[in-house]
Formats: sequence, structure tokens, C-alpha cells
Amino acid sequence: MYLTFIVFLPLAAAIIAGFGGRVLGDRGAQLVTCGAVITSAILSIFAFYNVALGHQPEHVVLANWIVSGGFKVDWAIKVDTLTTVMLVVVNGVSCLVHVYSVGYMSHDPHKPRFMAYLSLFTFAMLMLVTADNFVQMFFGWEGVGLASYLLIGFWYKKPSANAAAIKAFLVNRVGDFGFALGIFGIFLVFGALDFATVFAAAPAMAGKSFTFLDHQVDVLNTLTFLLFIGAMGKSAQLGLHTWLPDAMEGPTPVSALIHAATMVTAGVFMVARCSPLFELAPGTLQFVTIIGASTAFFAATIGLVQNDIKRIIAYSTCSQLGYMFFALGVGAYGAGIFHLFTHAFFKALLFLGAGSVIHGMSDEQDIRKMGGLFPYMKVTAILMWIGSLALAGIGIPGIDLGFAGFYSKDIILESAYAAHSSVGFYAFWLGIAAAFMTAFYSGRLLFMTFHGHSRADHDVLHHAHESPQVMLIPLYILATGAVLAGFVFYEFFVGHHYAEFWNGALTVVDENVLEHAHHVPFWVKLLPLVMAVGGLAISWSFYIDNVPKWARLLGLVAALGIVGAGIAQGDGGLILTGVAALVLALVFYFGRTGAPGTLVASNQALYQFLLNKWYFDELYDTLFVRPAKWLGFQLWKKGDGKVIDGYGPDGVTAAIGFVARRARVLQTGYVYHYAFAMLIGVAALVTWYMLHSGGGH
Amino acid sequence: MTGWPILSLVTFLPLIGAVFALLLRGEEAVVARNVRTVALLTTSATFLVSLLIWINFDSGTAAFQFVEDHPWLGGTIHYRMGVDGISMLFVILTTFLMPFCILASWDSIGKRVRDYMIAFLLLETLMIGVFCALDLVLFYLFFEGGLIPMFLIIGVWGGARKIYASFKFFLYTLVGSLLMLLAMIAIYIYAGTTSIPELLSGTHFDAGLQKWLWLAFFASFAVKMPMWPVHTWLPDAHVEAPTAGSVILAGVLLKMGGYGFLRFSLPMFPVASDYFAPLVFALSVIAVMYTSLVALMQQDMKKLIAYSSVAHMGFVTLGLFVMNPQGVEGGIFQMLSHGIVSGALFLCVGVVYDRLHTREIDRYGGLVNNMPRYALVFMIFTMASVGLPGTSGFVGEFMVLAGVFQADTVVCALAATGLVLGASYMLWLYRKVIFGELTKDDLKCLLDLSPREKLIFAPLVAVVFWMGIFPGSFLGVMHVSVDNLLHNYDTAIAAHEAVAPAIAEGAHP
Repeated sequence: MYLTFIVFLPLAAAIIAGFGGRVLGDRGAQLVTCGAVITSAILSIFAFYNVALGHQPEHVVLANWIVSGGFKVDWAIKVDTLTTVMLVVVNGVSCLVHVYSVGYMSHDPHKPRFMAYLSLFTFAMLMLVTADNFVQMFFGWEGVGLASYLLIGFWYKKPSANAAAIKAFLVNRVGDFGFALGIFGIFLVFGALDFATVFAAAPAMAGKSFTFLDHQVDVLNTLTFLLFIGAMGKSAQLGLHTWLPDAMEGPTPVSALIHAATMVTAGVFMVARCSPLFELAPGTLQFVTIIGASTAFFAATIGLVQNDIKRIIAYSTCSQLGYMFFALGVGAYGAGIFHLFTHAFFKALLFLGAGSVIHGMSDEQDIRKMGGLFPYMKVTAILMWIGSLALAGIGIPGIDLGFAGFYSKDIILESAYAAHSSVGFYAFWLGIAAAFMTAFYSGRLLFMTFHGHSRADHDVLHHAHESPQVMLIPLYILATGAVLAGFVFYEFFVGHHYAEFWNGALTVVDENVLEHAHHVPFWVKLLPLVMAVGGLAISWSFYIDNVPKWARLLGLVAALGIVGAGIAQGDGGLILTGVAALVLALVFYFGRTGAPGTLVASNQALYQFLLNKWYFDELYDTLFVRPAKWLGFQLWKKGDGKVIDGYGPDGVTAAIGFVARRARVLQTGYVYHYAFAMLIGVAALVTWYMLHSGGGH
Repeated sequence: MTGWPILSLVTFLPLIGAVFALLLRGEEAVVARNVRTVALLTTSATFLVSLLIWINFDSGTAAFQFVEDHPWLGGTIHYRMGVDGISMLFVILTTFLMPFCILASWDSIGKRVRDYMIAFLLLETLMIGVFCALDLVLFYLFFEGGLIPMFLIIGVWGGARKIYASFKFFLYTLVGSLLMLLAMIAIYIYAGTTSIPELLSGTHFDAGLQKWLWLAFFASFAVKMPMWPVHTWLPDAHVEAPTAGSVILAGVLLKMGGYGFLRFSLPMFPVASDYFAPLVFALSVIAVMYTSLVALMQQDMKKLIAYSSVAHMGFVTLGLFVMNPQGVEGGIFQMLSHGIVSGALFLCVGVVYDRLHTREIDRYGGLVNNMPRYALVFMIFTMASVGLPGTSGFVGEFMVLAGVFQADTVVCALAATGLVLGASYMLWLYRKVIFGELTKDDLKCLLDLSPREKLIFAPLVAVVFWMGIFPGSFLGVMHVSVDNLLHNYDTAIAAHEAVAPAIAEGAHP
């Protein structure tokens, strides 16, 4: 019963606040929506306790939805461990964002509408994660897309916001095109659409083939590939990622909730949910790994050069989602979901922190116009530091103590290494490279925003202020999660309690790669940390003048120490790690604030390539948008106009101009014309009939 | 209940209202007011009575229900009425939409109000008759007769190019109806009956004849649907028609084509339907992609929605001709949904057209600022049109595509591009009209929805969600009839395939 409340309370709140906003007033709408989602969040923790820790999965069928022949789907609530993790993430972040929005949107004239959209989003996301069949999942899938569209375009007067909203919806629709075909395929192959039946029947389909698009193809590889297209759209993976950075046009709480913590992780959730299918589709898994790793790398390169505080974090999100996917691709589902879980805390923290900066800086988002803000907003700065350290994955490998991202990101990289496959190594090395870039752009953001000299307008700086408590309290809670979530839940998601925690919610067919991930060489655990620390250190020397000499020396000493340890142990991997550390330490040692400018000047082409986001938007515009418009225009004017009408009605009209002229005179004469035509028809038929019967007898 | 001619009552109730309106006397303004009231009361009463059909409908049988059968025109041709699970909901759709048409015309029609309302009431009778008629001749009379009031509505109360539009309509329909009439007479000659139930029981025509008859019927239904490439009358007709005319055109008249396929082409000429199915698929896929692209470039709100109708009807024809439960039920559902949603979209256009007297998209922008309720309503129907799950548009489209996938994955993949294209043009339209700054002076004084307009939209919104969330209330009605249709179809195809090789063998030695 309480499960129904978890899902439908936000819907009720959205309806009440959306339609009753004028009656309730701003405060009323805020109370209703916050109250509902906070209640949902508390119930979700209860559900997590019961289902995940108490091992009591639940399944409630609410009503039939669509029934037609064998096509049968229900409205249902299915709650297993995977769902409860998502419930906690979705409702947890959502309730914090609701509360935060009370402060953040305090100057906006449309508060009830905003709160209603947020609650509506929450409802759709909950429907997605509690689905027991593919079609309800698709309902939630498109529902969150709608909410995202409405919230990105929330400031509807801005043309850029409207364009971004439409782009988000359409790019997602391209993904949904694949998802929908996947669902149709599942119905064709399995004759059912509920997870239980399909997953149970999946092993029997392994290796079978069917005809798709006139080709004989492997059933499960094809179906999972189609499903994954949907996941790529929703989770902004390489190729279908272009909407996510633009989505930053929406208010910042939206970016935190939808475009960082929850909606964009729906693709990860979907692949994990369908692990019984993906596990039997090795081809698709390789594809997932390659796409995930490529996205992790590619998005991080763009993040290096962006100047909008939100866009940096957006590309970071894109990159981190890539990590989650290649974890899934190598079969480490628990690790992917674990990173989803910890990422929700620190990325929401970063976005809301960025919102706090923007709020305090009179809506300025360009980090080139910031700097030296630490004294003005100490709390925000410290919280953003925590979030960034968690994102960079800082921790101590030997004794396993660190921020949340340290646990989840490292287990992903370890799994990729432990997979011992070519795609696994591809993912591992790109992941290592991305780890460096992640730390670098995080450091760049922090240093350019909070430290060094201020580059802000005098007026803006004069008004710069710390945010109110209603905005900071959610940040405290998220920061707690960013620090502790990894440490507390490691053993459940990917460690000793894996089997009993997941309780069959995730399927692994072969040996569990996570088993091996715990036994990788020490250097595999150390290398990500070296990259993270190196990235932060280099950004420090690049963006701050007065880096003390002892710190620069310390870097060198530490790197040499690793090399020495490697040589002493005769461990090639460790020596390699040490050499990498040494290179980074040298860059750090010689790094000065002029360095970024020099780098840009000497690599102008590369810089433009990154700044323009690998020219994906331009490419798609040339390939799809313009041809579609051109074709539409041609089909309309030439196809409909010249050919069809020209040879059809207009041609006939011209041919029998006399009749047409008569027709123009007689305004309502069509009745008679028509009747006349019918008579001609009757006469013709009678003639035909007589001829026919005459010939027949 | 059975002894009571409820179908005739529902069919001719509007006609009684029309006669009543004809008899009203007095000053013009008074007559206009009274006529409006009479029309509204009549259509509302018709709707309420028609609900009795639904309430008493037995969804456990595929047989025709509420049957009336009286000899007429010399014994052979009967006055036969009846509904089954396929036709019943179309009757309800018609009676449901009519009161809104009257309400939508309340203020916007100023001249010849009496004639206008009479035309609409007459039209309602003829439309309901199409879905109830169980005799070829009766069907033909209703089917073709319905065009006359529609011609008048476009021709008299239409816009600037009404003559061109109605002439185009005329030409297209002429070809179609002539051929259909020919085919009907041929049916009578070969089968010796004009009774639809008799024609539906068993196969009456050999394969060769079926193909000719099928083509003749196809000419008429394809124009009505409309299918590509005989669709170009629709955008013009919509653009010139008054709002309520567009609602009926999109909501009901287009559905007659689909209903015709279900009632005649598929069950009476199954072998031909099977033979020509690839043709229908090709035309439907072209319709979906071609008209969606064309819709993308439109500058006129009504034209855009008209082109979107052609694309949506493409889904319907696809679904009907794949002949599996999901396809056929999805196709019927899509027709019902499209009737509500596109009707509502035309009403949405009517709201701003009544205020500003232009349909040009560029003349609008930023309406959300002073018309938030209108923006919400328009958003709901836009989303229903793009097939967002939870709205009626999703169910039909998704079922059709699921059905098509089983028959042909290439066709399905091509048609599914409509998911992306459909969203493109509808969201573009919405953005241009509703979002943005309110900069144009003449838009600033526009008022939000009036109580009358709210009364129109509230039930439509409710139905869109009802159909989207609990489609079972509608699908449940059609299951048995559709199963029966599919069963007979499969039997006929199997029988034909069993016979065909035998003939070939017999011919050789």
C-alpha cells in the first residue's frame, strides 16, 4: 500500500499545485509539493529497508492497461532491490531539490508551475523505475522526457531555452524510436511484454536468429541493441548526447535533479533491469562498453575548455554516465548502479552548489567572470570542494578510505581491467585518461570560481552573497552522501553482501567480473588516484599564481616514491604508474598561470575543435535538419503542388475550364453538380449492367 | 431493448431537430439564438441516447446488434440497421463530437445561422447512418449524402478560397464514388443481395473479381482516408472550412474511409486485400514520411494539422491491413483517438482564429503570457498528437506499430520515423504560437479561454486521458468483432491458398 503512495503522492501534488496554484498561492504550492515528495522519500527509505535489506521484493498490479490479443500490459508497481535503489535516489534528490527550489526560485513569478513540473517529473520517473513491463517503462521514459522538455523550456520567453527544450525532446525521440522497435521486437519474439515472462524465456532464445530489416540476425543482440539506442538517447551517450549541454538552459535545480541525478541515469537503469537479456547478447555488451568508454573520454575533453559553470558540470555528467555504461558493458552491473547511486549525491551537490554561486552572483554563469569568491560564499565553496573531490574520486587505495566517487569509480575501472577483454582494456585506458581530465576540469572550475583574483564586475561582487539556509540545508545532506555513500554501501552494491543485497535483481550469466575486480594488481587501484591528484594539482598550478614551492616538490617526491616502490618490487605496472605520476608531477612543478593561454595559442585547431564540442551540432544540422527542411519544402511545392495537383484536380480543372467557370458562377451549385454526377454514375452503371447481362445470357 | 429502434432514433433525432429549426419564426437575431439552442439540445440529446447503445451493447458477440430490418424499395433493398464492435464506437464518436461543433460555432458563425445549423444536423444524421447501415444501398446513400452538407459548409461558410477547395473535394470524391457505385452494382449482380450481413457470411466472389471490386472500393475509401497521393484535397478543405467543419471533417468524415475498409474491403474481398496489402503498406509509409516532412514546412496552422492527419491516417491503414489483433484494434483505436485529438486541435486553432482572424503561424507567438489556460489545453492535445504515453494517441500508434512489426519490420521501422517527425512539427508549431515573448500589439489584448470554450475543452481533455490510461473500456468492446473479422479473413485466405494450387495442377495436364 505504501508503495502506491510513494509513486502517486508526487502526481497528486503536481495536480494540486498545477491547477490550484492560484488558490493555494506560492507558499501553498511549495508546501504541498515539498510535503508530498518528502513523504515519498521517507517511504522510499522504508522500502529500501524492507526490500533491499529485508529481502522482500514486492509486486502490485494496479490495473490492466492495454489488452489486445497477446499484447497485454498492466499498470503495476514492481519493487526489488534495483528499484529501491532508484527510489531512494529519485525521491531523495527530488525532495532536496524541491526544498532548494523554494529558495532558488524565490524571485520567479511562476513558482506553483515550477513546483508542479518538478513533482510531475518525479512521478514519471517513479513510474519508470517501478514498471513490471516494457510499455509502462516506456510510459515513464517518455513522461520524464515531457517533464524535461517543460522544465528546460521553463523560461519560455528565452528563444534559446525553447530551442533547447525541443532539441531535448527530439533527440530523445530518436532514441525512443530504437527503444520502441526493441519493444515491438520483444513482443514478436517472446509474445509477451512483462519482465518476468521475457526474462524467463530469454535463455532459450540465446543464439537464435530472426529476420529484421530483411536480414537474418541474432535475436538477443538485435533486441538489446535497439533497447540500448533508447538508453543512449536518454543518457546522452556519444552520438545522441547533443541535447544534454543545451538542457542547461533550464533552471539549475532542474539540471541537478533531471540532468544529473535521475533522468539521465534512466538508460543505465534500463540496461541493468534488462541484464537477463544483455547478458546473453555479447555483441551488444561490447558495443555498450565501447560507447560508454568513448563517451567518458569524449565528454571529458570538451569539459576541459568550457567556460559556463553549468556546462562544465553537464559534460562531466555525460562523461560519468559513460563510466556507468562501460561498467554495465563489462558485466559489472552492480558497479554501474553503485556509481549511479554515488554520482547522484555528488553531482546533485555540484549542480546545486553551482546554482548557489549563480544565485549569489546575480545570475552570472561564466567562470571567467568569477574568481576569488571564497570569502563571499565560504559554505558553498567548501561544499563544492567536497563534491569535486568526490567526483575526482579522491581516496586512499591501501586502506580503502575516501569520498563516494573513489569507491564507485575505482570499482568500475577495476572491473574493466579485470574483464580481460580487448573492449575492457579500451574502456580501462580511456577511463584512466578521463579520470585525469575529470580532476583537471573540476580543479579548473573550483580555482577559477573561488580562488585567485576576482574578475567579476564590481557591482556583481558587491552583491555577492551566501545563499539562504533553505538552499544550504539540502547541500549539507548531499555533501554527507558524497562523503559517506561509498564507504557505507560498498559491501552491499559490489562487495561481500552482493548476492543477498541484489537478491536476483541483477543477472550475470558467466563468472561475475566483480569477483575478479577485487583481486586486480595494486597499481590498477593506484593509477586512478594518481590521475585524480595529478589533475587537481596541475589545474592548481595553471590557475593560481602562488602555489607554494614545497607542494611542487612534494609532487615530485611522491612520484619518485612510486617509481622506487615499483622498481623495488619488480612490478612493471607500478613502475608505469610511477612514470605517469612523474610526468604529471613535472607538469605540476613547472606549471604556471600563463600555461593554458600558451597551450591554446599553440593548439588553436584542437582548442576550437573542443570548444565547438567536436562539431556535432553542425554535423547533424548539415546531415539531418537542413535536408529534412529542404525535402519537406520540395515535397510540398513540387510533389503536392506541381505533380499531384498539377496532373490531378488542377489539370482536370484546366481541361474542363468550361465546367469550372460555370461552377464559379453558381456558388452553392455544387449540390446539383454532385447530384448530376451521381446520376451519370447510375446511368453508366445501368448501361454496363445491361451490356453485361446481355453478354452473359 | 431489442424491440426499440434505438439506432433509427439516434440516426434521425438530429433530423427532427433540423425540421424543428426550419419551423422557427421571428426576427433574425431571435431565430439565430433559438436555432443555436435547438441545435445544442438536439445534439446533446442524441449523444445521451447514443450512450444507451454503448450501455446495452453486448461485447461478447460478433453479431450485429440492435438490428432493424424492413423491406424497402421493392423487396430486395432493405432498410437494415445494426452495429457491431467495430462500428458502435464510431457512432458514439460522432454523437460525442457534435455538441462541441455547435458550441464552437456559437459566436463565430454570424450569417445564415439557421442554414448552418440545419446543415450540421443533417450531416449528423447522415454520418451516424453510415456507421449503422447494413445494406449497400442505404450505406451508399448515407455515405455520399454526407458530402452534400459538407460541401455546403465549406462552400458557404468557408474562407477566401472556398470555391477552389470545394471543387477539389468534388473532383476527388467524384472519381471515388463512381467506382464504388459500380462495384456495389457488381456485387448485387454476383451475390444477389445488398444485405451487408449476408455478404459478410462466407465468400461470394472469386479471386479475380475480388481484385476489381477491391480496387473500386479502394478508390473511394483512399480518397476519404485520405491516403497518399489522393490527399491534396484535405489541406485545402480544412483551411477553408469553418472550425466546426474541420472538426467534423477530421473527426468523423475521414474515419469513414477506415470504416469502409473494415466493413467491405477486408471481410468481403479478403484475397484481394491480402494481394494488395503491400500496395497499401507502401502508400501508408509514404504518407507517414512524406506528409510529416511537408507538415514541417507549413505556415498555416490548419494546413499543418491537416497534413498531420494524413500521416496519422497512414498509421491506421497500416494497422488495418496487417490483419493481426494489435494492428486492427490499434487502427480502430487510432481512428477514435485521432477523431478526438485532431478535432480538439482544430478547435484550438479556432480559439485564436476567432480572436485574430488569421491562421498564419508567424502572426502568433508568446500566447502563454496572457492565455495560460489555452496554452495548457493546447499542450495536452499537442502531446496526444505526438503520441505521448498516457494520452489516447499513444495507445493506437503503439499497437499499430507492434502489429506491423510482426508482419514486416522494414515497414515498421520506416513508419516509426513518424514518431520523430510528428514530434518535430507539432512542437515547432507549439513553440511558435505559444512560447516566446509577447511582442505583437494585437496579441496583447487577447483574452484566455471563455467559459464556453472551457466547457468545450474539459470533456475532450478528460476523454484523451481516459483513452490513454484505461483504453480497455474501448478495446474491450471491439475484441470479439475484430477476432471474428480476423478469423474469417484467415479462413478465406487459407481456403484460397488451398484451392489455387489445385487449379494450377488441374490446368496443366
